[in-house]
Amino acid sequence: MPYRALLACLSALVGVLVAASLLIGPAALGPTESLRALFAGGTEATALIMREIRLPRTILALTIGASLGLSGAALQGYLRNPLAEPGLIGVSSTAALGAVIAVYTGLSAAFPLALPLMGLAGALLAVFLVLALAGRDAGTLTLILAGVAVTAFAGALTSLALNLSPNPFAALEIVFWLLGSLSDRSLSHVWLALPFMAVGWLLLARLGRGLDALSLGEETAASVGVRLGRLRLMVVLGTAASVGAATAVAGAIGFVGLVVPHLLRPLVGAQPSRLLPVSALGGAAMLLAADILVRVVAPGRDLKLGVLTALVGAPFFLWLVWQSRRRLA
Amino acid sequence: MRAVRAVLWRVVLWLMLSTPAVAEAPARVVSMNLCTDQLAMLVAAPGQLISVSYLAHDPGTSAMAEEAQRYDTNHGLAEEIFLLAPDLVIAGTFTTRATVSMLRRLGVEVVEFAPASSLDDIRTRLTEMGKALGRETAAAEIVARFDADLASAKAKADVRPRAALYFSNGYTLGRSTLAGAVLEAAGLANIAIEAGHEGGGHLPLEQLIQATPDLVVTGRTYDTPARAQEIFQHPALKALRARTQTAPVADRDWVCGTPFVIAAIRRLVAARDGVLEAR
Repeated sequence: MPYRALLACLSALVGVLVAASLLIGPAALGPTESLRALFAGGTEATALIMREIRLPRTILALTIGASLGLSGAALQGYLRNPLAEPGLIGVSSTAALGAVIAVYTGLSAAFPLALPLMGLAGALLAVFLVLALAGRDAGTLTLILAGVAVTAFAGALTSLALNLSPNPFAALEIVFWLLGSLSDRSLSHVWLALPFMAVGWLLLARLGRGLDALSLGEETAASVGVRLGRLRLMVVLGTAASVGAATAVAGAIGFVGLVVPHLLRPLVGAQPSRLLPVSALGGAAMLLAADILVRVVAPGRDLKLGVLTALVGAPFFLWLVWQSRRRLA
Repeated sequence: MRAVRAVLWRVVLWLMLSTPAVAEAPARVVSMNLCTDQLAMLVAAPGQLISVSYLAHDPGTSAMAEEAQRYDTNHGLAEEIFLLAPDLVIAGTFTTRATVSMLRRLGVEVVEFAPASSLDDIRTRLTEMGKALGRETAAAEIVARFDADLASAKAKADVRPRAALYFSNGYTLGRSTLAGAVLEAAGLANIAIEAGHEGGGHLPLEQLIQATPDLVVTGRTYDTPARAQEIFQHPALKALRARTQTAPVADRDWVCGTPFVIAAIRRLVAARDGVLEAR
């Protein structure tokens, strides 16, 4: 499929899913009523439902999905490793730990920006840790081992922090931070996370040329004028900003950054510069779809997003394992 | 050391003599559930109750926190209960299940009390507690006082403003719950029933906004932050609360089926009067 047609198709898919996300919800509103409430105001109750409840949820699904897809594609391109993904290398869980510390110590109540900032700090820590542990030219094995170690450690600290909280609800919220959910998020969460995610996108979106050159090998990349140190810094900061902020408001959502770039890579001829934008769109579509399914499959149960993304992602991961075994044999 | 030996002796003696005799009134009673703690404290004779659960000491959830200071504290663990050598252990039917079966295996007499889900249940539980402790007369007096208080507290339900019970995590309670019964006694209609919740369940914020209740009744919020309570800061809920009335009711007044629910009823009747005045 030509690149432009692919972009158009994915954009159309995202558009349809955005509309569906706005129109589907527990309050039974007709489509015309919903749209009138969203754009013109409608009655006070319907306007509140559309503008304060469904709109922020849709915006967050769109932007968080895009962040995860984009950073997955960037990490895979930079590390030249198909398993690099924010969830697998521990960025999401460490960002969640940062956010947990911000929320449950009361820091974010006193200073709202602490929430995305702590998420970002956690994410930064994880990227540095994994890069330091595994090295830049890491094999798949070292990268995954480092990721598993960081993820397990951050997950344990998250659970510990929540279990120690004097609030009896906190311990039940471990599930939210480890699996992610968008229920009852508000526009204030959008305003907190969106600027950071946007900065992350800007950093990552400009990496295309460098990653293209890098795919031919480091020396070739250096010979065409790609500064590898700068490239690395941009990947680290871009991933940390977008995934850190996303996780701080929605919890750690896994597998989106793994599955989406993989599915789309053959369609763009494995060219990293083209994979970045299509992965952002694909990630947005996947998370929007997952968040719609959460509401349709189990309304009133607050099913976690990570459950659905893992249901798609884990079999895919198994298939990857199978493939790599065949390649080794 | 001496105290330990005394306890050990008591355990040994008690093990030897623990043919489940038809005890007239148990002399050493231990309660390990917040609600049975309060029922037992109300009904028991002086000295009869020796230990209540740690939850009974929390002034946020227990209406008798001060009273509870006079008793030993337990955490519903089989070991500590067993060492108290009780004649009778009182437990709830939903809590500390493992402990109850362990105590029974050890030959300890355990009675279980189901949580109250209606005002009638409160009378029944009080009577049952009287029977279990051999204090039928005391229990009957408390029931009679409860009935008199209830009759004076209840609202004349000619008009029923619509109220929403809305707790942490967007949880609501329907008709077949104690809070639902309290709401009804206070002359209010429960929107959870309109939304199809007979018992308890998650009421999505969207549905709450759509229902446009006259009154939003909330429970305890803890000082320490949790995501469960973030819903009370949601702009949509704030907007709703800005144009309807809100009535916070202390958890301790109605998490348990005790005569203290009268306080919750009075609180809600006052809130209802406020709604009717504003009309």
